[in-house]
Amino acid sequence: MEKFDVVIIGSGPGGYVTAIRAGQLGLKTAIIEKDKELGGTCLNVGCIPSKALLTSSDHFIFAKKEAAKHGIVIENATVDLGKMQQRKDKVVKTMNSGVRALMKTNKVTTFEGLGTITAPGKVSVKGSDGNTQEIETKDIIIATGSVPAQLPFAKFDGKTIVSSTEALTWTEPPKKFLVIGAGAIGLELGSVWNRLGSEVTILEFLPRIAVGFDLELSNLLQRSLTAQGITFHLETKVSAVKIDDGRVTATATKGKEELNFDADKVLVSVGRKPFTDGLGAVKVGVEFDEQKRIKVDKYFKTKIDGIYAIGDVIAGPMLAHKASEEGIACVERIAGKDGHINYDAIAGIIYTNPELAGVGLTEEQAKEKGVDYRVGRFPFRATGRAVANEDLEGVVKFIADAKTDRILGAHILQHAASELIAEAVSVIEFGGSSEDISRTTHSHPTLSEAVKEAAMNVEKRALHIINR
Amino acid sequence: MAVEVKIPAVGESITSGVVSVWHKKAGDFVNAGDALFTLETDKVSTEIAAETSGVLDTLVPQGQEVKIGEVVATIDDSKKAPAEKKQEKAEARPAPTEKESKDGEKTAGAASLSPAVKRIVDEEHLNPAKISGTGPGGRITKADVLAAAQNRGSVGDAVSVSGKPAASPTEDRQSGDGRVVRKKMSPLRRKIAAQLVMAQHTAAILTTFNECDMSAVQKLRADSQDAFTRKNGLKLGFMSFFIKASVEALKAVPVVNGRIEDEDFIQNNFYDIGVAVGTERGLVVPIVRDADKKSFADLEREIADFATRAREGKLKFEDLTGGTFTVSNGGVYGSLISTPILNFPQSGILGMHKIMPRPVAIDGKVEVRPMMYLALSYDHRAIDGKEAVTFLIKVKECIEDPKKLPLDF
Repeated sequence: MEKFDVVIIGSGPGGYVTAIRAGQLGLKTAIIEKDKELGGTCLNVGCIPSKALLTSSDHFIFAKKEAAKHGIVIENATVDLGKMQQRKDKVVKTMNSGVRALMKTNKVTTFEGLGTITAPGKVSVKGSDGNTQEIETKDIIIATGSVPAQLPFAKFDGKTIVSSTEALTWTEPPKKFLVIGAGAIGLELGSVWNRLGSEVTILEFLPRIAVGFDLELSNLLQRSLTAQGITFHLETKVSAVKIDDGRVTATATKGKEELNFDADKVLVSVGRKPFTDGLGAVKVGVEFDEQKRIKVDKYFKTKIDGIYAIGDVIAGPMLAHKASEEGIACVERIAGKDGHINYDAIAGIIYTNPELAGVGLTEEQAKEKGVDYRVGRFPFRATGRAVANEDLEGVVKFIADAKTDRILGAHILQHAASELIAEAVSVIEFGGSSEDISRTTHSHPTLSEAVKEAAMNVEKRALHIINR
Repeated sequence: MAVEVKIPAVGESITSGVVSVWHKKAGDFVNAGDALFTLETDKVSTEIAAETSGVLDTLVPQGQEVKIGEVVATIDDSKKAPAEKKQEKAEARPAPTEKESKDGEKTAGAASLSPAVKRIVDEEHLNPAKISGTGPGGRITKADVLAAAQNRGSVGDAVSVSGKPAASPTEDRQSGDGRVVRKKMSPLRRKIAAQLVMAQHTAAILTTFNECDMSAVQKLRADSQDAFTRKNGLKLGFMSFFIKASVEALKAVPVVNGRIEDEDFIQNNFYDIGVAVGTERGLVVPIVRDADKKSFADLEREIADFATRAREGKLKFEDLTGGTFTVSNGGVYGSLISTPILNFPQSGILGMHKIMPRPVAIDGKVEVRPMMYLALSYDHRAIDGKEAVTFLIKVKECIEDPKKLPLDF
């Protein structure tokens, strides 16, 4: 029987990155994946394929609505959805083989099958052929991720009531598309199908969209998406979803009013829940919290020595980059190094157009905490690059400590917000101040100048707007 | 094996300091005796040397506040000096001149500061080496420099009395007319203040006065100066006479050489005499050890050396601690008479003053003599008035008749 230093269960961005780091550190490493391909939800049915479709559909909108403004004549731009999906599949395949190559170069042994912890240091892998293999290891890292949460009255059927997984695969846009839940997944997939021709309605239980993001910018995003044709119903509680002859009828209450929505497809995107089916964690004594997440200490160790957990199965935001960083810190600790992760410097992003990105405290959180803060804002329309791009929408917003000027939060709404936020993340990671960004040269003309100017506006000295 | 480098116990009242400059980098091979870093405290700054040879790993960043006994680095003595490599390097590039290396350091230090930190450091004339950073890896954040500027307030947080009241007394404010300037005291100044107040609050300080005729000492100096200078390479001053006179007086009245500690009286049977030296940074009191066993030439040489090193900030902890009695010369600034304050926990301090030609009665006739007032401040808890007066008269007698001193020149 082979004996490993560390066995990782799950090959998502948490698991496979952990495996690479373990290999780099010279640990004899194995990774177990229940699916045929490596990469987990993110790579196969999450972040990557959704970005492929978001980009493709965004290009379509550019061809249809924006190109003419640049003097580019594209008559009757149409979509070949089959081809668009093929490209998406190719993207996923490229990434799959990339991860597999990375496992090889880092000398990580891959096991295909469902990993079950039978005892500390012992894992069995049940392959799809029914054969079971036993593996011994010093340490186990659980990185099994999460699955879409269901509503009790709207169970997934894979055809009409679907999760994000299926909503990424259609080769025909649903005529009417209903989305329950206005978080990142609902807004992104709502955007994709809205662009591709569906009539999209998004229902949200809370009085706002994009919960967890800065309210001011979330409201701006809602206004923008509404202008793009998406209908929002906030403070709307769905109570029943019925399927009749392949068509959906959802019943909801909005205040005292009862509303009915009919659609061809309904996406339930009300969050995700930790996935630990068949893991055997309960049996060996690993503890869970009330939300069925695995309880770990600050070094990601469960109650049982030699068993660790990272990513979506433990507390915290369900983000690929959070899982990766936790995995690295966890395995570095196992290897006797001093890995760490700064939870104040993890950005969240919604890849709509404009994209919404945020890191650190929102203004609401700063208020709630009673922090004495200052705000700096800057609209992209005041930068030369945005004007040249004919892409004026968006704003940068900083929340800085009123006394020390330390950046507490940064929020960006813009077509490229996901890339622009990285600067703020770095500066926050270094405990920097808004003035640190103000006094750093930003190339001209770039969109990043808006980041600098928003930082300057904290001290009311932005150059290209009237400061207030 | 990794040998720990700890902050040594450097003085009785010193509990912490700041690692102001690392002279070696992590990963450097160091030889025993090499200066590792400069430790700055509110008394002095001193270089701490490696006790073993090996590869250095630094654990605290430059500017970090450290406690006595804290481990600030380790030296892995299992690693040998990279002999060949070192040679190669030495051949390839001669040792940089002092100027070069200094410039290099400056650039490296400036480069590690964030833009906002750099602006404040420049504007407030702060020394980043003295600021302990709270950012990752000990980096200095804007909050750190703002706090440092406020705590030190070197630019002068000026507040105009005649004008509007300041928004906040601690806030930096440059007043229009500059009639009043408020600024934070330096750490050394605050330490001196605290020591003095503690002395005032703890001891029962009383001062007794006398005067002495300096004619004899002046004549002796004039007669011996040439020979003394030729023999010893430095001038014979007054200080050595007063130190020797104090030793004689301490021998005659031993209680002045002791100190009170809680309910005990500690009698010192050695004569470590502090000599107060004024510097730009404040007053320091280096100690002349076993003054009774030293020649006049030795005393003069040591005092001169202390004065130089005090002004250059190069005094070591051991130079400043453990004195039994202090001599302070306010005369260098022109003081005619004063009441010195005890250098706590000592029980006595002799105050010297300006030599003034004054008319005095000698054998019933008025003569003009070079006179100096003497003051002895003492802790009345331990020393009675009679003892104090006896002590001061003994000093006076020794000065007026130097033959009573063990003259060795």
